Amino acid sequence: MNSVEAVAINAAAFVITLALFGIYVATLGHNPLDVYYVLWLGSFARQISIESTLTNAAPLMLTALCTAIPARAGLLVIGGEGALVVGGVATVLAGMLVAGAPFLVGVTFMSLAGALAGGLWIAFAGALRQYRGVNETISTLLLNYIAIAVMYHLITGPMRDWERVLKTSSWSIPDALRVGALPVIDVHWGLAAGIVVCLILYVVMRRTTFGFGVDVLGGNPRAAQMAGLPINRMVLICCFMGGAAAGLAGAFEVTAVHGFASESLVVGFGYAGILVAFLSRQNPAAIIFLAIILGGVAASGGLLQRRFDLPDATTQVLQGLLFMIVLASNAAYGRLNVFQPAAWRTA
Amino acid sequence: MNMVSQLAVEAPPSVSIKGLTKRFGALTALDDVAMEIRPGAFHALLGENGAGKSTLVKCLMGTYRADAGHVLIDGQEASIASPRDAQRLGLGMVYQHFTLVSSMTVAENLVQGEAGLGAIIDWPARRERLTAFMADMPFRLELDRQVSTLSAGEKQKLEILKQLHLGSRFLVLDEPTSVLTPDEADQILGLMHQLTDAGRISVVLISHKLREVEAYADEVTVLRQGRLAGRGQVGSLDRSDMVRMMVGEDQLAASAPRVTHDAGEALLSVRGLSVEDDKGVPAVRDLTLDVRSGEIVGIAGVSGNGQTEFVEVLAGQRAETGGHIEAGGRRYGKTRAEMRALGIKLLPEAPLDNACVRGMSVAENLSLRTYDTEPMARGGIWLNRAEMRKRAAGLIARFHIKTQGPDAAIETLSGGNVQRTVLARELSEKARILIVQNPCFGLDLKAVAEIRRQIVDARNEGTAVLLISEDLDEILELADRILVMSDGRIVYETPRSEADLQEIGHHMAHHEE
Repeated sequence: MNSVEAVAINAAAFVITLALFGIYVATLGHNPLDVYYVLWLGSFARQISIESTLTNAAPLMLTALCTAIPARAGLLVIGGEGALVVGGVATVLAGMLVAGAPFLVGVTFMSLAGALAGGLWIAFAGALRQYRGVNETISTLLLNYIAIAVMYHLITGPMRDWERVLKTSSWSIPDALRVGALPVIDVHWGLAAGIVVCLILYVVMRRTTFGFGVDVLGGNPRAAQMAGLPINRMVLICCFMGGAAAGLAGAFEVTAVHGFASESLVVGFGYAGILVAFLSRQNPAAIIFLAIILGGVAASGGLLQRRFDLPDATTQVLQGLLFMIVLASNAAYGRLNVFQPAAWRTA
Repeated sequence: MNMVSQLAVEAPPSVSIKGLTKRFGALTALDDVAMEIRPGAFHALLGENGAGKSTLVKCLMGTYRADAGHVLIDGQEASIASPRDAQRLGLGMVYQHFTLVSSMTVAENLVQGEAGLGAIIDWPARRERLTAFMADMPFRLELDRQVSTLSAGEKQKLEILKQLHLGSRFLVLDEPTSVLTPDEADQILGLMHQLTDAGRISVVLISHKLREVEAYADEVTVLRQGRLAGRGQVGSLDRSDMVRMMVGEDQLAASAPRVTHDAGEALLSVRGLSVEDDKGVPAVRDLTLDVRSGEIVGIAGVSGNGQTEFVEVLAGQRAETGGHIEAGGRRYGKTRAEMRALGIKLLPEAPLDNACVRGMSVAENLSLRTYDTEPMARGGIWLNRAEMRKRAAGLIARFHIKTQGPDAAIETLSGGNVQRTVLARELSEKARILIVQNPCFGLDLKAVAEIRRQIVDARNEGTAVLLISEDLDEILELADRILVMSDGRIVYETPRSEADLQEIGHHMAHHEE
C-alpha cells in the first residue's frame, strides 16, 4: 500500500472537514479561525490538554483495533462499543473475585477477563457469520445494544452499588487494584497498553504467516479458498483479537478511570474507534497516531462548547463530518495520478 | 425512420483509417495504423492479445479518442467522439459478451437499443416494422421468444440483428465465435458472408482463429505491438504468412513431444458429483470421472454448461450438494495440508479474480501456496519477505513473466502475465494433480505454445491433468482422453486416437432447449 498516498488523502480529508466545520460554526455566528484556535488549545497546546488528549486516545486505539483487525480479513465489524462495555463489566466481576490479591496479579487477571469477554463477544459475531451466514455488520451493531442493555440491567439490579445514590453504577473494584498514572505524564496506563497492543498486532499482521494469510483472505476470499486456508478459524481469531482489544479498553476504563461500570462506559469510544480504523486504513501502527488526533478532537470538545456556547452536539458534528469525508475520500485511492507508478502493461 | 428501406437501399460506407495513434501514458497502444475497408468487404483484423485490435476498433466506435490520425467515411473526415456518433454514421459493434436483457423478448431487445424511443411505445406499429425487418434478413428469430430461452448461437444472431436494426451498415464483430459451438460459428459467419456478398453490409471480424479467417474473410489486416504488421487478400496468403505477421520472426515454442506411456493409477476421482449454481439451480449433475497419472483428460463444452461450478468445487470455492471427490485414493476435503501432501495444483479461468489477490505484489501472489514453509517462513511463523522476493525473482525469470519487478502490484500485469504468474506458482513445486481451466484464453500465440508445453511436460512426468476448455482445438491438441460436458453431465467420451471434430461438436450442442 502506498503510505504517502494515505497520508496525503487523510490530510486532505482533515482540511476539508475543518473547512466544512468552519462553515458550520460561521452559520452559528462565530469566527472559524477563533474556533480552530480553541481546537488547538484544547487538544495539543498545553501539557494539560495533551494529557486530556492522550487519555481520550487510549481507549480509541483499542476500539479501533476491534474494527481494523477483522477488516483485514474482509469483515466490517462495528461492535467496539459493545465489546468495550462487556469488557468493563467482566473487569468489575473479576475485580470482585480477586479482591485482596497482589496488585500485579489482580490487575492482570482483570485485564485478561475484560479482554476475554470482549474477544468472545465479537468472536460470536464472527461465528454467526461463518456458520450461519449472518451479516457481521448488522450483528455487531445489534450486539452493541444488547451489551449496553445487559450492563444497565446489571448495574441497576444484580450488580448495583446501592451506597452510591447520585450515580447508578456497579460495585467498585477494590481500591488496591486501581491502576494509576504513567510516570512523567498524567495519563493512565491504558495508553501504554494501547500502544503496545497496536505495535504487537502490527507485527502479527505484517510479519507473520498468520497476518499474510489474513491479508490474502481479506484481499480475495476465493484465492484464500483455493490456497486451502482455514478461513473459519482465521475469521474467528481476527474477531477475537479485535474484540479482546476493545474489551481491554473497557478494562482500563474501569481499573484506571472510573473504578466501576456505569453509563460512563457508553460514551462513544467504540464508534469513534471505527473512524480511527478507517483513517488508518486498518494499519495497527497508524492507529496509534490517528487515535491521538481523534483524542484531541474529543478533548477539545468541552472547551469548544463552553468558550463559544456551542450546542452539545458540536464535537459529534465534527466527528460525523470527518467520518463522511474519510469514507468519501476512500474513492480517491488509486485515482490520483501523482501516486501511480507507471503502469507496466506488456502489450 | 424506416430501417428496412434503409437497409435495402443504402450501401455500406467505405471506411478508411489513416495514421491512427493512441497512447495510454507511456505506452503507445496504437502507432500510426492505417486500414482500408471497402463497402461490402469481409475484413479480418488479426493480431495477438495486446496487439492493438480492440484499441483500434474502440477508437473507431468512439469509445476512445485517438491522439492522432483520422477516420474517413465515404471520403469525408468523420469526427467520432462517442458511441452515439458511431451509431449515427452506421458503425456498429457486436461485443464478445452478450449485451442482451435476458428477461425480455426478442422484439423488446431489438427496440430497446433505439435512440429517441419516446415515452410511449406504439407496439402494434413496431411489430409490423419488426416483422418486415425480419422477413428481409437472411436469418430469423421469433419476435416473442424470451432471450433467456435462446441458445448461445441465437443470442449472437440477435446481437447482430440488433445492430442491423439500428441501421448499422458496418459491423465490427469482436471474437463472435468464442462462446459458440463449431457448427454455430460456421453458420453465423456463413450468414454474415452472405450479407457482405450481397453488398448490404461490411464486416470487420476480430479473431485469432486462423481457420475462421481463412474460411470467411476476403481481406486481412494484421497488427503487432500496436503497429501495422501486414495486410492482403486472404486468398493470396497462407497460414504461415499470417502467423509470421502476427508473431514476428521469433520462433514459437515447439509443441512438447508426448511421451507415449500407459496412464497409471487414478489420482483424481470424481464420484456422482452434484453442484448447484448461485441461484440454486443444478449446474453439475451426477458427474463421475477419473484422471490417472500421466494422462490429460480434456473436458470440452460450450461455456455455461457447469464447467465453472465444477472447477470451483475442485478449488474449494463452492460446496458440492451430492457425491464426492477423491484424491490419491482418499476423500478430498480441500484443506491446505491435503493440497500440499497430494500436490494438487489449479489454474482456474479469470485467474486475477479466482486465484490472485489484487493489491498484493507479484512476489506475494507467487507465494500463496508456499509462504508458510521454509525458507519463506522461519519456524512456520515469521515471514521472510526478502526470501519471498528472491524466490519470486527466480520464477519471474523462469516463466518469463513481464513485470516491473517482484514488488509490482499483480493488477498492473497484462492478462497473459497474470496467467503466467499463476502457472508459475502452481507448477513451481511438483504437481501430482493439475486442474486447468481455459489456460490459454486471451493469450498470444507465443504464450499459448509455452503454456501448453508446460502442461504436456507435467503430463509426461506423471502428473494427472484435468483440462477444462472451451477451445476445442486446445482439447484436441492436448488431451489423451476427451469428454464432452453438456448441461452439467458428461455426455460423450472418446480416446484421442478416435476423436472426431464433428462428432464432438454435435455432442457439445446436444442440450439445445
